Amino acid sequence: MPKAVNLLYIDGRIMGNNYNWDFNSILINWDVFAHGLVVTAQLSALTLATGLGLGFFLGLARYSRHQIFRLPSSIFVEIFRNVPALVVVIWFFFAFPIVSPFEVDAFTAAFLAISANTAAFSADIYRGGIQSISPHQWEAGRALGMSYLTIMRRIIFPQAIKRIIPPLTGRGIEAIKLSTLASVIAVNELLYAAKQLSALNFNPIEAYTTVAFLFFIIIYPLTHISYFLERRFGLSD
Amino acid sequence: MSVVLMIKKLKKSFGSLNVLQGIDLEVEEGETIVILGSSGSGKSTLLRCINFLEMPTSGEIYLNGALVGNPRGEGENSRIIYRESELCRLRTKIGMVFQQFNLFPHMTVLENVMEGQVTVLKRQKTDSAKRAKEQLERVGLIDKIDQYPSRLSGGQQQRVAIARALAMDPQVMLFDEVTSALDPELVGEVLLTIRSLSEEGMTMLLVTHEIGFAYHVADRILFIHEGLIHEQGIPKEVLLHPRQVRTKEFLEGHSAFSLPEIGTSSD
Repeated sequence: MPKAVNLLYIDGRIMGNNYNWDFNSILINWDVFAHGLVVTAQLSALTLATGLGLGFFLGLARYSRHQIFRLPSSIFVEIFRNVPALVVVIWFFFAFPIVSPFEVDAFTAAFLAISANTAAFSADIYRGGIQSISPHQWEAGRALGMSYLTIMRRIIFPQAIKRIIPPLTGRGIEAIKLSTLASVIAVNELLYAAKQLSALNFNPIEAYTTVAFLFFIIIYPLTHISYFLERRFGLSD
Repeated sequence: MSVVLMIKKLKKSFGSLNVLQGIDLEVEEGETIVILGSSGSGKSTLLRCINFLEMPTSGEIYLNGALVGNPRGEGENSRIIYRESELCRLRTKIGMVFQQFNLFPHMTVLENVMEGQVTVLKRQKTDSAKRAKEQLERVGLIDKIDQYPSRLSGGQQQRVAIARALAMDPQVMLFDEVTSALDPELVGEVLLTIRSLSEEGMTMLLVTHEIGFAYHVADRILFIHEGLIHEQGIPKEVLLHPRQVRTKEFLEGHSAFSLPEIGTSSD
């Protein structure tokens, strides 16, 4: 039964029976990981700012009374929510230069694709948060003579934010994880760096373990910032 | 006495439902008007049309003799165009208090009363705080200024809502069933606050189910039925000697049970 033998062999390696962990090969090439980490951080920071920022305006537009705002924002949201982010990344990289007059490099293509995905998902988080505030609050603001923008800024959004933060944190974390998709179009971020190194040093297990570890230590503190913000905005309840 | 508010042929429909079918009303300065009527008669809609929380389907509203909005067209096709900025300005002059209080839960009592002054009237923070404290003093809640609304009873919240509206220095106040959501024992404090406002000469329109309060405080009672003013007059006439059958039925419904007089001799 060759199959069983094969399984046993793999099992033995992973259990460490005769596998020698070799993190030395990682430490020697620390600068490759450091560079990958910087690119991952840049890509993540840009997509977070753009995706979550654009999502806010998309959310408002989808809640608007005017069809001219509602229709395009809905189309945008539905497209980027229903097409896999990986497909969008690849599509932006290969199709963007053909359908648009300007060139995009791999980093920009990944940045645009992941931002669009993040914006589409966060739009409904903002919209849901805003709509969860009682319409009586709008009325109270209008009765005082406040304009739409003033009511949104002073009355609705400050109340909605604490309901928005938990799901938005989830979305933000997801955006950081999605940055790894850029590796398929050869953006030199963490996962791509690991892939390159493991091909060179034949140490995929150590390389990908390092990637997993680095992502964990980036993302774990962020959830705690979210808990802190929730408490901060929840003071008046 | 000058006319503060004038309403001409006010109509409001929601689709095929004609809620207001032509209301004509003149409100004089300092007058307290109580609007009665069964549910669905259009009394709340009337209040909400006066400050344009609902847009009237047709008709004209004048504040201090000036028409609200810009008339367009002639004869049959004439209509009035309302600009949002104009309506915002108008609403600062017409205060409104709601059944559900609608305080801003993320702001303290003081901040609630300052908010409109700062963001709409562009008053300085210090002036707003001063004015807010005056109004909170007036409704008897000066010791609650740093509390959040969730810490207050319904009656206290409603008095804060009254102070919030008054701090804008409105010319007219609208009260939309402001005691309907309150526990019975909290109704009194809110009604006393409104009565003292009435005595100080505030012009106001109230929709309420408190007939006894209406009797003692109103200068004039309007009875609304099927979207029209069915009967109006001083409380003694309308409440004790109604001329219309429908008014009589409405009042009988309200007085079906009343407590016996205590301690009165058989005179």
